[in-house]
Amino acid sequence: MSNWIEVCALEEIPPMGARVIEQMNCNIALFRTRGDQVFALNDRCPHKGGPLSQGIVFDTRVACPMHDWIIDLASGEACGPDNGCTNTYPVKIENGHVFITLTENATAAA
Amino acid sequence: MKEKLVLIGNGMAGVRTLEELLLLAPEKYDITVFGAEPYGNYNRILLSPVLASEKTVDEITLNDEQWYIDQNITLHKGKNVTRINRAQRKVITGDDLETGYDRLVIATGSSPYIIPVPGHDLPGVITFRDIADVNAMLDAARQFSNAVVIGGGLLGLEAANGLMKQGMSVTVVHLLDSLMERQLDKPAATLLKTSLEQRGMHFLMEAQTKAILGDNRVKAVQFVDGSELPADLVIMAVGIRPNFELAKSAGLYCEHGIVVDDTMQTYDPRIYSIGECVQHRNKCYGLVAPLFEQAKVAANHLAHIGISRYEGSITSTKLKVTGIDLFSAGEFNETEGDEALVLQDPSQGTYKKLVIKDNKIKGAVLYGDTMDGTWYFQLMRDETDISDFRRTILFAQHDLGDAGHGDEKTRVMSLPDNAEICGCNGVCKGDIVNAISQKGLFTLDDVRAHTKASSSCGSCTGLVEALLAGTVGDGFDATPQKKSMCDCTTHAHDDVRKTLIEHNLKTIPEVMNFLEWKNPDGCNKCRPALNFYLVVAWPDKYADDYRSRFINERAHANIQKDGTYSVVPRIFGGETSAAQLKSLAEIAEKWDVPTVKFTGGQRIDMLGVKKEQLPGIWGDLSNAGFVSGHAYGKALRTVKTCVGSQWCRFGTQDSTSMGIRLEEMTWGSWMPHKVKLAVSGCPRNCAEATIKDLGVVAVDSGWEIHIGGNGGIKVRVTDFLIKVETMDDVLEYTAAFLQLYREQARYLERTAPWVERVGPHYIKEQLVDNTENRKVYAARFHKSQKYSQDDPWKQRAEGEDAHEFTPLKLIKEVA
Repeated sequence: MSNWIEVCALEEIPPMGARVIEQMNCNIALFRTRGDQVFALNDRCPHKGGPLSQGIVFDTRVACPMHDWIIDLASGEACGPDNGCTNTYPVKIENGHVFITLTENATAAA
Repeated sequence: MKEKLVLIGNGMAGVRTLEELLLLAPEKYDITVFGAEPYGNYNRILLSPVLASEKTVDEITLNDEQWYIDQNITLHKGKNVTRINRAQRKVITGDDLETGYDRLVIATGSSPYIIPVPGHDLPGVITFRDIADVNAMLDAARQFSNAVVIGGGLLGLEAANGLMKQGMSVTVVHLLDSLMERQLDKPAATLLKTSLEQRGMHFLMEAQTKAILGDNRVKAVQFVDGSELPADLVIMAVGIRPNFELAKSAGLYCEHGIVVDDTMQTYDPRIYSIGECVQHRNKCYGLVAPLFEQAKVAANHLAHIGISRYEGSITSTKLKVTGIDLFSAGEFNETEGDEALVLQDPSQGTYKKLVIKDNKIKGAVLYGDTMDGTWYFQLMRDETDISDFRRTILFAQHDLGDAGHGDEKTRVMSLPDNAEICGCNGVCKGDIVNAISQKGLFTLDDVRAHTKASSSCGSCTGLVEALLAGTVGDGFDATPQKKSMCDCTTHAHDDVRKTLIEHNLKTIPEVMNFLEWKNPDGCNKCRPALNFYLVVAWPDKYADDYRSRFINERAHANIQKDGTYSVVPRIFGGETSAAQLKSLAEIAEKWDVPTVKFTGGQRIDMLGVKKEQLPGIWGDLSNAGFVSGHAYGKALRTVKTCVGSQWCRFGTQDSTSMGIRLEEMTWGSWMPHKVKLAVSGCPRNCAEATIKDLGVVAVDSGWEIHIGGNGGIKVRVTDFLIKVETMDDVLEYTAAFLQLYREQARYLERTAPWVERVGPHYIKEQLVDNTENRKVYAARFHKSQKYSQDDPWKQRAEGEDAHEFTPLKLIKEVA
């Protein structure tokens, strides 16, 4: 089905941190949690488009640096009571390397 | 298998406990609820507005039946639990339904006390407790005309007001000579009585009921002196009694209520009890705010977190009669050794009294103007020393330099729905009121989460609180509490800070571990605060946690709305040179900076710089001799100056040199919030030093030092600290003041609210009266500066944190 694209080594993303992949239309934010889970989301907060990659990461959530919306990294959904969703992308880690596909996850097609 | 939790009592306290529990441990229990009333959970304290036809039953419903279904809670409404079998751990209803439990919560509330006079059981004699009572009253109001309310307390007056609104002629009968004697002193009670009489309410004071007369229905009330009052409806509102018969029959220890400890546990460790039915530290509560505090504690223990304690509540009261503003808290009748401050304005119908002992508020009664009730209550709870503003304390908080939005709950409530309350987030009054009533919000934090009002700059907080108070009445949780840092912990800022020093905790994980943080990662609220507290506590040992810094402090630049950054180099004392300006111009041109602007702090802002350009532009700035201006940080920002005696014909001292020396000493220091200084060369004060965190004003004989000013959200003029003679004195006081602020203010608390909280006299005590102390603080500031005056821009231009500034590229596609 999807084409996996290699992005970087896992250790290039700081734990509880993020890196940005520059893209023509919308940058992709790549997050790494303390437990080495990696998530890829459009680098745009559903609220006012703030760059999520610049936020503080905790658990599997990130706080948008613009107005403090909390976005769930797995679903891309804003945590209540805020409403909104940003696109997520499938990610896999193989031999310490991070791959993503640029087909957006269906669940986040809002 | 899940444990079984049974709740007896489907009222506000019980269901609030479930709500708190579901937040903490949603999957822990199978929950069953028994409620005697045939409704979901409703806001009992709003029955008065329902009686007055100001609200409907639907509007005061907190949890409808769908809520129980959504939460997988089994609700048995209209069922009375008649027995608890503790040996077999089950509860039994009147119709023999048996339900087993692992944990039981008893929240059976209270019942109105019925005076056992002859005729008390006649039809037409009712109490004021639940929806059925309200319906009976509304029904009677349609058929009859004369009502007698026995009891001139809070509940009785609210019932009387409602019945009057329904068109009945109402007489309130009271045993004593003064209404609401448990909440009001005599002058306030007299004002209240006059005002209610003007609305048509009748009173019979010092009257003791002997009997209620009638055959098939009440006809009259007879008093001990033999007189009678005709009545078609009699409301008994003389007080409440905790419902503890069920608990007592199960062998649980009861006195005036079900006795619980600080964890809300009864004498049976499987059984908790909360609400009006409990007795905690010899007190029973009948107001909603304490019940909610208890619910939080009980939920914490039911969730097996087990660290929370209920230590009792100080309560305040408001009367929910539209158009009458009344507030009371604490000990409002002065006893020996107390002083009373009184402000009385009969023509305006206002009365304010504060009972003071040793310059601390013990109690308050407010009538007519209750705007400052919450503030007085806060001062009372915090035991704040009021000597600094005692002379003006009766004239409202905004007279103390709060030039914000001024007064009046009533004014706020009478604003049109489209009036903008929160200017930051564009939230109107209608949005807030709707959210409060439809979503059942009780606290400021709830309103902030749901509407965003007051969640940004906070200057509209007073207005939002007024709307909360006006919309939910007493349900508004105005009880100032020791607030926890965030949802990750129950500990407050000051406690966390004390602990990390006492126990020598030197990293964020150590602190979280020691204080049993609920969430091992913390969150975006607590991590930056912890990081700051550690930076201040261990300047030489702590390694700053970059991941716990807000992006501006992580990237050492200010993020803008489009994701680009702004760069503000430091210009010491605001004095620059042609050569400096030239190099800035060249750098701005070289990097194609879209906007170049002067800031309010006498420096130059380069806006629209892309993140990956930052290390490059910083390298150029560093080579030209500039360091970071920390315009992005909770840090020392600028030292604004006027030209002073070097040029100005009025200048008395060299303010520019003073400013440069101050900035050279203080730059690079991390603070609880941003800090701005200024130095003016004469009392004309062109550098606006008296609205700065620390302002210096030169006079002919030396330098005046002023502290705690603010020119932003809420303008606050500084307090005068001291006049000194030399520049070195100014430097010493400044270092000491800043260190005191760094060590004692809470994270994100600016100097203005901090100075107001601790009082200017405290700061004088620490820094002026105690020379030794001042030198110690100053020395600690200088020690900390040894580790922080390292230009972050130069470090990053040389390659530190490179990953922060370099975007990733897609490498290659694989099938």
